[in-house]
Amino acid sequence: MGKWTRRAFISAGVIAGGGILVGVAIRPGNLNDDVADTVAGEGETLVHAYVKIDQDNVITAIVPHSEMGQGSQTALAQMLADELDADWNLVRVEEAPALAKYSHYAIGRGYLLAGAELPGLIIPSFEGVMMRLSDALDLQVTGGSMSVRVTGTYGMRVAGAATREMLRRAAAKAWGVPLAEIRTENSTLFHDSTARSEPYVSFAEAAAEMTPSYAPKLKDPKDFKVMGQPVQRFDIPAKVDGTAQFALDVRRPNMVYATVRRSPVFGGRIDRIDDSAARAVKGVLDVVRLPVIGYDAFIGEFTADESVAVVAEGYWQASRGLRALDVRWNGDGNEAISSASIRDRQNQELEDAIDRKPDIDTGDTDEAFANADTVISADYRVPYLAHTCMEPLNATADVRDGTCEIWIGCQNPLGFKRAVAAALGFKEDNVILHNLLMGGGFGRKSRADWAIQAALVSRAVGRPVQLIWSREEDVRQDYYRPGLPSRFRAALDTDGSLAAWENTYVGKLEPVEAPVIPYAVPARNIGHVPSESYVPLGAWRSVDESQHGFFTECFIDECAAAAGADPFAYRAALLQDKPRHLAVLERAAEEADWDRPLGEGRGRGIALKESFGSIVAEVAEISIIGGEVVIDRIVLASDPGLAVNPDGFTAQMESGVIYGLTAAIYGEITIEDGAVVQSNFHDYQALRMSASPPIETHIINSGHKPGGAGEPGTPPAAPALANAIFAATGQRIRELPLHHHIPFSTGFRRAAS
Amino acid sequence: MITLNINGERKTVEADPDTPLLWVLREQLALTGTKFGCGIAQCGACTVLIGNIAARACSIPLSNVNGRELTTIEGLATDADTPHPLQEAWIEQQTPQCGYCQSGQLMAAAALLRRNPNPTDEDINRAMEGNICRCGMYSRIRTAIKMAAARMAEAASLPLATEEVTDG
Repeated sequence: MGKWTRRAFISAGVIAGGGILVGVAIRPGNLNDDVADTVAGEGETLVHAYVKIDQDNVITAIVPHSEMGQGSQTALAQMLADELDADWNLVRVEEAPALAKYSHYAIGRGYLLAGAELPGLIIPSFEGVMMRLSDALDLQVTGGSMSVRVTGTYGMRVAGAATREMLRRAAAKAWGVPLAEIRTENSTLFHDSTARSEPYVSFAEAAAEMTPSYAPKLKDPKDFKVMGQPVQRFDIPAKVDGTAQFALDVRRPNMVYATVRRSPVFGGRIDRIDDSAARAVKGVLDVVRLPVIGYDAFIGEFTADESVAVVAEGYWQASRGLRALDVRWNGDGNEAISSASIRDRQNQELEDAIDRKPDIDTGDTDEAFANADTVISADYRVPYLAHTCMEPLNATADVRDGTCEIWIGCQNPLGFKRAVAAALGFKEDNVILHNLLMGGGFGRKSRADWAIQAALVSRAVGRPVQLIWSREEDVRQDYYRPGLPSRFRAALDTDGSLAAWENTYVGKLEPVEAPVIPYAVPARNIGHVPSESYVPLGAWRSVDESQHGFFTECFIDECAAAAGADPFAYRAALLQDKPRHLAVLERAAEEADWDRPLGEGRGRGIALKESFGSIVAEVAEISIIGGEVVIDRIVLASDPGLAVNPDGFTAQMESGVIYGLTAAIYGEITIEDGAVVQSNFHDYQALRMSASPPIETHIINSGHKPGGAGEPGTPPAAPALANAIFAATGQRIRELPLHHHIPFSTGFRRAAS
Repeated sequence: MITLNINGERKTVEADPDTPLLWVLREQLALTGTKFGCGIAQCGACTVLIGNIAARACSIPLSNVNGRELTTIEGLATDADTPHPLQEAWIEQQTPQCGYCQSGQLMAAAALLRRNPNPTDEDINRAMEGNICRCGMYSRIRTAIKMAAARMAEAASLPLATEEVTDG
């Protein structure tokens, strides 16, 4: 491991000058000319690759991240606007086109920096695949809670400050005054002693001729005016009147609709198709068996010929046609695989621990266990999970004359463009990708399988095609959060303190540090047994942090119980050398009124997890009413360093909690006869309003570098709830989903607190 | 040929009577604000109003709505310059995240307020139970509904009552 090192990255010439830089800002010369035609409209000047200014002095931040509800486009515009001293009322945002100029060196760079801070661990990788330089150059990923903490910190702020510098230089030259005397405020340049002032736009063209600095002076955080302010998101007004444009809303001349089915058994193929009944359905135009095209790259493998699509005048007709289609599948023997067989195999792998790879091995665990006063052990397990974004996967493709135009909502426009080009055998330049708003992403929309399908169907029928997956296809053809076991052992001294922590689990994606605990335990041995997965795996909101948050934070709770200690106090005692973690834990406990006793049948649970650069603690408060669990409230504290848009950050925390609780209570994908059993929201449930608790979010702006927002709220949700159930009932649940072990109220009543 | 009464306009469509209303709205009438989420009336993304009742357009055959008064998200505001109080509250609370379910959430909330201008938490739970938000914005939706209800009540107590309130 570790082949893709920082050295390799630098020696390839990607980082010029050794600065912490991003995207086009790091390259010598102003390369705006290449992209100006694409991103600058009538009356607009592209001053910097990320900044354009129009005749009314409106500044548009060009943001290389897609919007799936996380609101980071607004936060990134705030970061740019603040460094630029822009008038926030005259700032707009636009998503960067899928062009190489807007790829993310920053993503790879961010991972490398993260790796550098984790000695002894392998260099983090995306979805468990080692990054290859050639791939990294062409990424435009929105994921890993990276937008603000990497692109924002190393890209948008730099771009804003560099643009401000260029405008000041242009003004100084035009006015014949020293640069140092030029002041900026509210998108205006001032020279006070001669009482001159001009809006930025006056010097936009002159600035556009200059080369942006890659290391401009950045503001001291005490001078931030826009960062840290709860601004309204740009994307929200269109989302309340039906005008927001999602991929599903694209309409093209002569467009037809299609829906698709891929082999229900993973790795299976089509034996034979009788399409006579499908073709007889009114409105059905064609049945397309997808060609033998394989694609395997950084973005993930995909084999198209496992799929058949029905093309029709409308989606309804296509879906009826698909239902009428007679397909005989060949599962290639995989029909024998089930959840039970996967479980048996994983348990055996855990037992044998062959090729166990240590994540962390520090202190003498053997000795600690030999000398322990008490040894406790426990086996935990989580199930596979689907993403179920509200917007089912869909894409509109128009393939003709050796070109492909595609409209989609995805988490990696450049990667998707390349995947589609590769599948069609086209040059990348002959694929134009339009990225629209995503109705949810959560990691699912980083895989290009459905984009490739849409392009292949359009090519087959020679018309623009909108391919729409049914919800059933969405649930059954996902790239799932892994289901896996995790085994723990802890050695306790006579006073109950933790002497050793031992943990072995099966299978690992990323981030590498997910199973690491923040607690000061003298001897720690954490490792994983590599495992091949029959079920396709992918990034699911917070990736491995989701399961390890549940595992580690429930087991530390068990340690506290074994020591006869209060779960909060026990953790706090182990965090004396982690002041940020301790502060977050204490804040959550304080806001939740931790020490106030709850009545009979009620309980509180606490959990703490750092992930994606932010530390989050959650306290779940529950009641058992009529034998059912009612979640009364969740109190959350987080230290993200700086919450760029506090209300946006809060919304992400709320969202992460509900996503985590949904999975903890209900989420489970099972396999029978080689295929996914669940199919839609009736058997793959989501938390609904009545059972959703109020969530109180408390932010600690510690001044450390900004952490992520999209994912860190999710990992503590499940363990906080499970620990609360233990506190209320004495029942320790070690396997999700919780509803298999204790019934949950569907709501409609809430205990008075 | 089926004639529909949508957002105060009469529209004639050519479709099989068993075609779900959702696909006629989206594919024939260009009313794409109503979304497809599950196809089996489980998620509420396709919620529209039939009269004052919230209905799941993915599971209502066209033949069932012949001549009925239909309202979609595009018709929720009385006119383009005057957003519905729910829409205003939605923006103030910064309610949507991905936004995909929000047309359905708003229509379910609109149906509730037409029937019950002063809903309790329990009423809101019941009315909104059919609408999933995978971004989990339930708390903000609840707050926004209450905010809109309070404003509509205030407006109704003034001499010039707004239409939204009087037709409930």
